[in-house]
Amino acid sequence: MSAVLTDTAGGADRTAVGPLGGATRPRRWSAAKLRRRLTVLAFIGPALAGLGFFFVYPLLAAIYFSFNRVDLINPPEWVGLANWKFLFHDLNVRQAVSNTLWFIVVMVPARIVGAIVTAMLLNRVRRGRSTYRTLFYLPALAPPVVATLAFVSLLKPGTGPVNTLLAKVGIEGPLWFSSPDWAKPALVLLALWGIGDLMIIFVAALLDVPTELYEAASLDGAGPWQQFRNVTLPSISPVVLFSAVTGVIATLQYFTQAAVAASVASGDAVTGGGISGTFGYPEGSTFTYPLWLYTVGFRNGLLGYSSVLAVVLFVVAISVTLVLLRRFNAFAGSTR
Amino acid sequence: MNCSQGRGRASLLAGGAIAAVLFAAGCTPGTSAPAPAATAPEPTGTVEFWHQFTDRESKAIEGIVKDFEAKYPKVKVNITDGQDDDKTEQAIGAGNGPDLAQSFSTDRVGKFCSSGAWVNLKQYIERDKVDLNKIPPTVRSYTEFRGTRCSMPFLADAYGFYFNTKMLADAGFTSPPKTLSELTTMTKALTIRKADGTITRAGFLPQFGFYEFSPAHMSPAAGAKWFKDDGTSAIGTDPAWQEIMHWQKDLVDWYGYKNLAKFTASLGDEFSADHAFNKGQVAMMIDGEWRVAFLKAEMPNLEYGTAPMPVADSQASRYGAGYVTGNIIGVSKTAKNPEAAWALIKYLTTDTAAVAKLANGIKNVPTTTDALAAATELHADPHFKIFLDIFNNPASQTMPASAVGTAVEETFSQYLAKWQSGGGGDINAGLANVDKQINSLIQLAG
Repeated sequence: MSAVLTDTAGGADRTAVGPLGGATRPRRWSAAKLRRRLTVLAFIGPALAGLGFFFVYPLLAAIYFSFNRVDLINPPEWVGLANWKFLFHDLNVRQAVSNTLWFIVVMVPARIVGAIVTAMLLNRVRRGRSTYRTLFYLPALAPPVVATLAFVSLLKPGTGPVNTLLAKVGIEGPLWFSSPDWAKPALVLLALWGIGDLMIIFVAALLDVPTELYEAASLDGAGPWQQFRNVTLPSISPVVLFSAVTGVIATLQYFTQAAVAASVASGDAVTGGGISGTFGYPEGSTFTYPLWLYTVGFRNGLLGYSSVLAVVLFVVAISVTLVLLRRFNAFAGSTR
Repeated sequence: MNCSQGRGRASLLAGGAIAAVLFAAGCTPGTSAPAPAATAPEPTGTVEFWHQFTDRESKAIEGIVKDFEAKYPKVKVNITDGQDDDKTEQAIGAGNGPDLAQSFSTDRVGKFCSSGAWVNLKQYIERDKVDLNKIPPTVRSYTEFRGTRCSMPFLADAYGFYFNTKMLADAGFTSPPKTLSELTTMTKALTIRKADGTITRAGFLPQFGFYEFSPAHMSPAAGAKWFKDDGTSAIGTDPAWQEIMHWQKDLVDWYGYKNLAKFTASLGDEFSADHAFNKGQVAMMIDGEWRVAFLKAEMPNLEYGTAPMPVADSQASRYGAGYVTGNIIGVSKTAKNPEAAWALIKYLTTDTAAVAKLANGIKNVPTTTDALAAATELHADPHFKIFLDIFNNPASQTMPASAVGTAVEETFSQYLAKWQSGGGGDINAGLANVDKQINSLIQLAG
């Protein structure tokens, strides 16, 4: 067995080694190698098949569909670059991209900062730490639709409890989900309320930072901010990177909360047309890229153009992830 | 890795990609329903029927379907209520759709017909000698697309004007407004506001997208057109739209958009007992004929009246017309029992007794001339009779079908949302962009 293994490592010597002759040894080696490869393949096979069926095939199909007229009812009809050309003239896609970028720029950092601050505060708590962690984590378990419905009710202008309380202290509350200026910030508040998933990761990451580093920094005269900047942040930077990458990808696909909030806040009856008729309320302020992708594909029946949007979304997600990885590596390298 | 290995892997990847593309290209959703028999067979078997009605209206549908089952005892109809168009269409695409489906959205007829999601009923209609002339022309127009009749009208809706008679009388008005300028005057007189502009009662809510105040429902007020003869969007070029929009914006500005948005955000849901008209929070509104039944069930003591909608001052002769639409019903492309599905459609849409019973039951407008005459309960109700008159008015309008379904009105509504809040910019440029977007979508749909 060991001889075979040695041979595998040194393929160039295979025919020269051993008295058994070059005709038989390569065959034995090949059989063993094949067996090993098959064993490996058997283990990774299910994962590869899943990747192929649920990632590679849909991706290639989306690319193919993007050059076709597709309506889910009939076979695809080749239209060349027509769908791609429309991408550059589509007025809705501009608004959708603008809104999605807003969420990426505001919501992702807000959730990360909020989670770090909450985790740091929770790690300082001496008594009842587990209870507080549980309490702050619980909102993350709420289904997005339920959480959004609750938030729209809480923030309902005129009759909602938040504006009622604000009115009692002399503050005129905003229109929240009914105002194009406040609808997106209201969705950010909803996202901040549900930061438990990120917070729990940061709690663990912060507990992993060696206390000696803080002691050494303290002896060197570093204050709280300097300790955070030079000890805490570099130590938890892999977790920050993970949060940023997953946050950006999730926000690029931001759908449920924006759809439900618009539908409920619009006051429009949701009857047979489905809720997609209310997407973007008010004034398109919550109209995100995935909402347009869904609308144009399933409501307008233009699956070909919808595939263009899907392919672009995929490319953007990959590109942003790569950029973030490179930037964070540079950041981590400069501070270590 | 040597060159031959690299070439091998590249070939493997390329082969996989080609296989995936071929697989995608070959994906023909579902199998088509069989062609109609030469002579109408006796309907048998199970029929899957998806519709969008709920609650009280759904029970009325169940009742009429039971009548059908009694007439054709070899048929069992499985009803699924509360469906929506997106879901139905996706199910048909996946081959798991119902045998027949009903939709509230006549603006989807173009999509259903052009895509073939609902089969062309021409052969069934000709074979069974169904007389389409018993269906009014407007209704016929919204149930077919480019000569393909893939749906039948399953009761109709007519939109008119509702007003609280007590509030109008208290303000000194003896009749509802007939023109948009009269509507403005009465709205101002009936609205109650605090000193800071907060609305406590609105005379009329001119906010596009709220309740039933939509561009489609307002289009008959000025005879506004959706499409030119060549099938492209006419929204930007038909001056009737701008007449409606300027009237609407003036009234919104009188309220103050923020005050209006704040007020509407605090109102109850449209299909609930908390509707603003029920609660006396709004004095006048545009709504469908079905509101009569809702008011009877939810607010039996409410003093209200119905009338045709007010029309543009420049087109006073249009008074009496309104927006007409309806429910549509068709056989799915993937129907497993299309003959029985067609038999049920024929019963629901052409059997005079059945149509009249259903119309009386859910308080919708009957869609055949015989059933219109037979629906005596509806004629006897003075509130409802107005809507029958609107339905019969030759100037009443509907939303023409297009291959992109609801995209036409939704694209326009997106601009209107900006317009009414003051962010629409130059109206001509804005409407030109609306036209451009709609035309591009139509072109993509083919």
